[in-house]
Amino acid sequence: MIKAILIFNNHGKPRLSKFYERYSEDTQQQIIRETFHLVSKRDENVCNFLEGGMLIGGADNKLIYRHYATLYFVFCVDSSESELGILDLIQVFVETLDKCFENVCELDLIFHVDKVHNILAEMVMGGMVLETNMNEIVTQIDAQNKMEKSEAGLAGAPARAVSAVKNMNLPEMPRNINIGDISIKVPNLPSFK
Amino acid sequence: MALKIVKGSIDRMFDKNLQDLVRGIRNHKEDEAKYISQCIDEIKQELKQDNIAVKANAVIKLAYLQMLGYDISWAAFNIIEVMSSSKFTFKRIGYLTASQCFYEGTDVIMLTTNQIRKDLSSPNQYDTGVALTGLSCFVTPDLARDLANDIMTLMSHTKPYIRKKAVLIMYKVFLKYPESLRPAFPRLKEKLEDPDSGVQSAAVNVICELARRNPKNYLSLAPLFFKLMTSSTNNWVLIKIIKLFGALTPLEPRLGKKLIEPLTNLIHSTSAMSLLYECVNTVIAVLISLSTGMPNHSASIQLCVQKLRILIEDSDQNLKYLGLLAMSKILKTHPKSVQSHKDLILQCLDDKDESIRLRALDLLYGMVSKKNLMEIVKKLMIHVDKAEGTTYRDELLTKIIDICSQSNYQYITNFEWYISILVELTRLEGTRHGHLIAAQMLDVAIRVKAIRAFAVSQMAMLLDNGHLLAGNMQRNGICEVLYAAAWICGEFSEYLQEPNQTLEAMLKSKVTTLPGHIQAVYVQNAAKLYASVLQQNEQAGNKEAAQEITQMLIDKLPQFVQNADLEVQERASCILQLIKYIQKLQAKDVPVAEEVMALFSGELNPVAPKAQKKVPLPDGLDLDAWINDAPSESSSDDESPKKMIFHEEEQRNVRHRQPELDEDELARRREVRKKEQANNPFYIKSSPSSQKNYQDASGVDHIPVVQIDLTVPLRVPGMPLSDQYLKLEEERRQQQKQDRLKKKKKQKKDKGKRRHDSLHTESDEDITPIHHVDIITEEMPENALPSDDDDKDPNDPYKALDIDLDKPLTDNEKLPVRTHRVTEKAPEVEAASIEDKSKKPKKAKKEKDKKKEKEKKKSKDKISKKQKSAENAEHVHAAPEEETVTPTSKAEESEKPTGEASDLDFWLSPAPVQSKSQSEPHSNEVASEPEETLKENKKEEDAKSLKHKKKKHKEKSKEEKKSKKKKHHSEEEAPESVQNGSLDDEPLPPMSNYCLLAEDSYVKMMYDIQGNLQDGSQVVVSVIFQNQSNGYLKSMEFNVLDSLNTKLVRPEGSSIHDGISVPFQLPPEVSNEARFVFTVESIIMPQKLKGTLTFIVKTDDGSSHEKLDFKLHFTCTSYMITTPCYSDAFAKLLESGELKMCSIKVDGINISFQLLLAKICFHHHFSVVERINSCASMYSRSIQGHHMCLLVKMGDSSVSVDGKCSDSSLLGNLLDELKQTLTEKC
Repeated sequence: MIKAILIFNNHGKPRLSKFYERYSEDTQQQIIRETFHLVSKRDENVCNFLEGGMLIGGADNKLIYRHYATLYFVFCVDSSESELGILDLIQVFVETLDKCFENVCELDLIFHVDKVHNILAEMVMGGMVLETNMNEIVTQIDAQNKMEKSEAGLAGAPARAVSAVKNMNLPEMPRNINIGDISIKVPNLPSFK
Repeated sequence: MALKIVKGSIDRMFDKNLQDLVRGIRNHKEDEAKYISQCIDEIKQELKQDNIAVKANAVIKLAYLQMLGYDISWAAFNIIEVMSSSKFTFKRIGYLTASQCFYEGTDVIMLTTNQIRKDLSSPNQYDTGVALTGLSCFVTPDLARDLANDIMTLMSHTKPYIRKKAVLIMYKVFLKYPESLRPAFPRLKEKLEDPDSGVQSAAVNVICELARRNPKNYLSLAPLFFKLMTSSTNNWVLIKIIKLFGALTPLEPRLGKKLIEPLTNLIHSTSAMSLLYECVNTVIAVLISLSTGMPNHSASIQLCVQKLRILIEDSDQNLKYLGLLAMSKILKTHPKSVQSHKDLILQCLDDKDESIRLRALDLLYGMVSKKNLMEIVKKLMIHVDKAEGTTYRDELLTKIIDICSQSNYQYITNFEWYISILVELTRLEGTRHGHLIAAQMLDVAIRVKAIRAFAVSQMAMLLDNGHLLAGNMQRNGICEVLYAAAWICGEFSEYLQEPNQTLEAMLKSKVTTLPGHIQAVYVQNAAKLYASVLQQNEQAGNKEAAQEITQMLIDKLPQFVQNADLEVQERASCILQLIKYIQKLQAKDVPVAEEVMALFSGELNPVAPKAQKKVPLPDGLDLDAWINDAPSESSSDDESPKKMIFHEEEQRNVRHRQPELDEDELARRREVRKKEQANNPFYIKSSPSSQKNYQDASGVDHIPVVQIDLTVPLRVPGMPLSDQYLKLEEERRQQQKQDRLKKKKKQKKDKGKRRHDSLHTESDEDITPIHHVDIITEEMPENALPSDDDDKDPNDPYKALDIDLDKPLTDNEKLPVRTHRVTEKAPEVEAASIEDKSKKPKKAKKEKDKKKEKEKKKSKDKISKKQKSAENAEHVHAAPEEETVTPTSKAEESEKPTGEASDLDFWLSPAPVQSKSQSEPHSNEVASEPEETLKENKKEEDAKSLKHKKKKHKEKSKEEKKSKKKKHHSEEEAPESVQNGSLDDEPLPPMSNYCLLAEDSYVKMMYDIQGNLQDGSQVVVSVIFQNQSNGYLKSMEFNVLDSLNTKLVRPEGSSIHDGISVPFQLPPEVSNEARFVFTVESIIMPQKLKGTLTFIVKTDDGSSHEKLDFKLHFTCTSYMITTPCYSDAFAKLLESGELKMCSIKVDGINISFQLLLAKICFHHHFSVVERINSCASMYSRSIQGHHMCLLVKMGDSSVSVDGKCSDSSLLGNLLDELKQTLTEKC
């Protein structure tokens, strides 16, 4: 079982939090903070597993994380999950994000956290891995987006226009904070399809 | 219209959307909290508006704020509103937010049940998907119970997208509602072979999660998983299955043997590291389970270790980490094969990655032996010095202590070395683990008698230096060590070389800066020390010295009397007064030493931590019995003397028991210890005096240790003490070797050595400990139970899922079908009322009938499954039993096999391999072969064939049962429920109130009507729809033509001609139940309503609209509600005279009275008030509050019923119905 999925940036600001067990909002924040402290002080070239997140679960649990440019993707899992499998799942997740957002960067995650949730929901459900095939995930996401668009229809048009205008005025929108190495392939994790 | 929408959205577009909120927060970095609270106010305004789009916008903003740590539970109701929007866009937002913040404690969550059900059966797969995803996050026991059946239906949905989600969510449902596991399991199992790989993977996932918690219940699935493992190419599925096997093998070693080969193949062939790693892991698990008596698996171990070495040597830190992790598992059973890689592991200690260092440390724990312990600890000590960062250093410290103290100090050959290691560790600054070191010091000093002298000398030194370090120590918790030091010096003061000096050290004024609990120990042990000094001086006749020391104490103790710590204060003043008294006696020349010593005489024994718990209950002591009479409701004055009595008695008891228990205890312990020592070469019998023992120790002359023991300055510059020991130890070992060689030659008898050093070369066991070590085992009470039941957590949520899944389903196990909450009360009341009669059969019957059709299907599934697994088994072994056996049915029947388990045995039993090639077609060969095998292992073969036959037989009987069921369907009979039994001797036949409503080739409807207890004008009609066709039934609409009196309750806004859509679809052969509420005005007359069911049948050829007419019959009985009534209330009711009377008589009845009453109770909702012989009074109440009393008398084959009711026409109609029931069914 996956106990929690967290995304935060290099400064510990949460970009997505999904807990599959009930924690109060305060505890959730505390877990995020603590996880950030554990993860952020680790070098780049050490292993991606961490034991002993104090707050989530007991000794059975592990933190498995990956660091992409400005973002940490952290999965808290118990012993029924394969460590390398989860690492690969994170990779699939990021690649899917990359595909859905067309060259994903932190800003996409900041402004469209709902979409990230929707993508995640197609991969992990209630703490269990639902789908690992990226194409399948993207197909389902596209179909749902299409539905959303058709629902918005005529009514959605002006809103879209306005938000486009709003974005135009914004100097901070440039998409230059690309997650450059988003498509790193880990040589040791092949043949997961 | 369109214009209006556009206008509305133009208004809206200046509302803040999620992006604006995020942007705003980013722009208000200084006053973020203020800005957010502003936004929350805006959101609250938005939530008040009617426009659902505005609400959804507000809710998604809340979801974002939730991530930032804001509690949004106040908006739970608005979230539900958004969830129930018909637009997917909004629905998704609602469910997303709900999944982020709903949990079991959310009170509005119960409002979602119907909404979720509606979404689950939505024609749009994404509506369903989004509902399932949301539900997976916030499912509660109630939701699980109410929706289990709907989700189960979805498991057979046409779209794999829905199927896989439905399968996955079942795990959550099982967790919250364990009763659903057994009914749902057959279908879950079916999904393991789903054509869609995603669904298959989901099913594997769920079963693996289930099996991880309660593996033994899933052993029977092993053949199926084995097949999957050899056929699947999906690495995710493979990994899960292989992990599952890892959990199963400890329970079934035979399974392990079967697995080794395919797993080894996978290890060789796969390129995916993750799969390789899991394979290695499971092979390790298999090897562990086989560890006894399987010598020929060393090849597999070698393969594993070799692969792991490759992982550890890899440059990828992740693989290195995992390699070490897996290595530690091998270590437990095959330490030898790991120990050869010591170099590699020690190398990992230098890794820059802390996780890897910690893993390597774990491994070291298992790799130490007597031979290498000192060396390894030396390495660790170097790391301790090097380690920056206190956490890792603390970890090292605990590991050193763990490694040394493991299994009762098994690997320590020289305790002096260990003590000096501990002393060295006290030099660490800033460690949190002072108390750990202290505990070790105490433990070693108490339990290893031989080391006490050395320990005391070291502790005395610590105390001497203690005051220098006290300032530093205070801050970092290492001062705990002084606690141990003071205690050891005090307790074993007879070993002190210069007790005076130590005593002075303990009374220095610096001591008062230590924490209170340590000072208390100082004071107490100063007194002990004083006592022994006093004795020495008196024995030596040195009166002056004795008086001097007394004076010193009197001078020094007052500083403790003023201490802030109460404990210190109390002890100090107590001791001070005592010593003042001693001084007086000394002045009179009275010898006091003996008496002072008596204060601290006696030896302390280590007591096992669980000892208290394990004190057995003495015979004849009943802890629950009152010692005195139970206290009556007396005044408080009475109680106090009673308490006194209680106390006294208890004390007396203790006093009585204590001495004899102690003697027994000691004798027993001595026995045990002797035995232990005799068996263990490590132990050498010790002479009674521990002090002497140490000095007489064998080979003490060769041991240079003694020289440095106390006299040599303890710190050689540039070399830590423990290193000296390392050197000395090496020398010592060499010396020993030489000695042994000498001895061998000369066959000289050595008094000290009682061990036989015969042929073996130097191995672990050969290294003699430097001291005659007497490790005192921890005390346990006599007859202590060995069981360790204290570790189980009674609140384990997974315990509830420990359910036997192989037992066939019984009739009362089904998923609850959709019910209105209001009607749930009815059966409860019913049940309560007839408790004394026939509670069980009734309930069971009811449920059973609801689910009968489903049940039938399940059993069918089961049979087909069985056939499959049987085939599977045959496929694997191709065993020839089939033809060779002739049935001897009686023997089989007498012995009831548990079907699947025997399948498993069959699958696992080692079949002759050659028979694979000589398979079935050659029957003559087959015929001859059994003869051979019969000779060899007749029994086994017999057993196997028998099982096989049994299985067949069972299938047959099931088939029969099934057909029987079909036949008796209209009579509502199911043989199983009979065994449920009633309190009366006579078994009652099953009964049901469901009667046929209408039937055609597509659908069959059964119905039952029950009154609504809460609302006097409503009745609920439960209709079971059963799909009898091969097509898919959908868009079912249920409609009735209302009468003036009776009306169908329709959703608001629909006209009286609209039907109600049935909230589910029916796949082929599936049934489900829907409930419809009707309002009634008058209930005194029975009534019939005409109605129609319209639906669409979807088959492969296309779909068609169909329609089925029916007539709903509302009998007067259906307005009655079973209500219990006490006889006195009943009598009053009859006496009141307000009731009208009516009677009937029915002839030709030849059923028992018991059955008759049960029938009336069940079919007409009555309860028995009183029963005397063949006469009974019964009571019921209508939904509108009419009382109905019956007096039933049974004569010879005739029954007379007298009824009394406040409404005569109701009574008349009801009696007519009663009469009909009695005549037609008897």
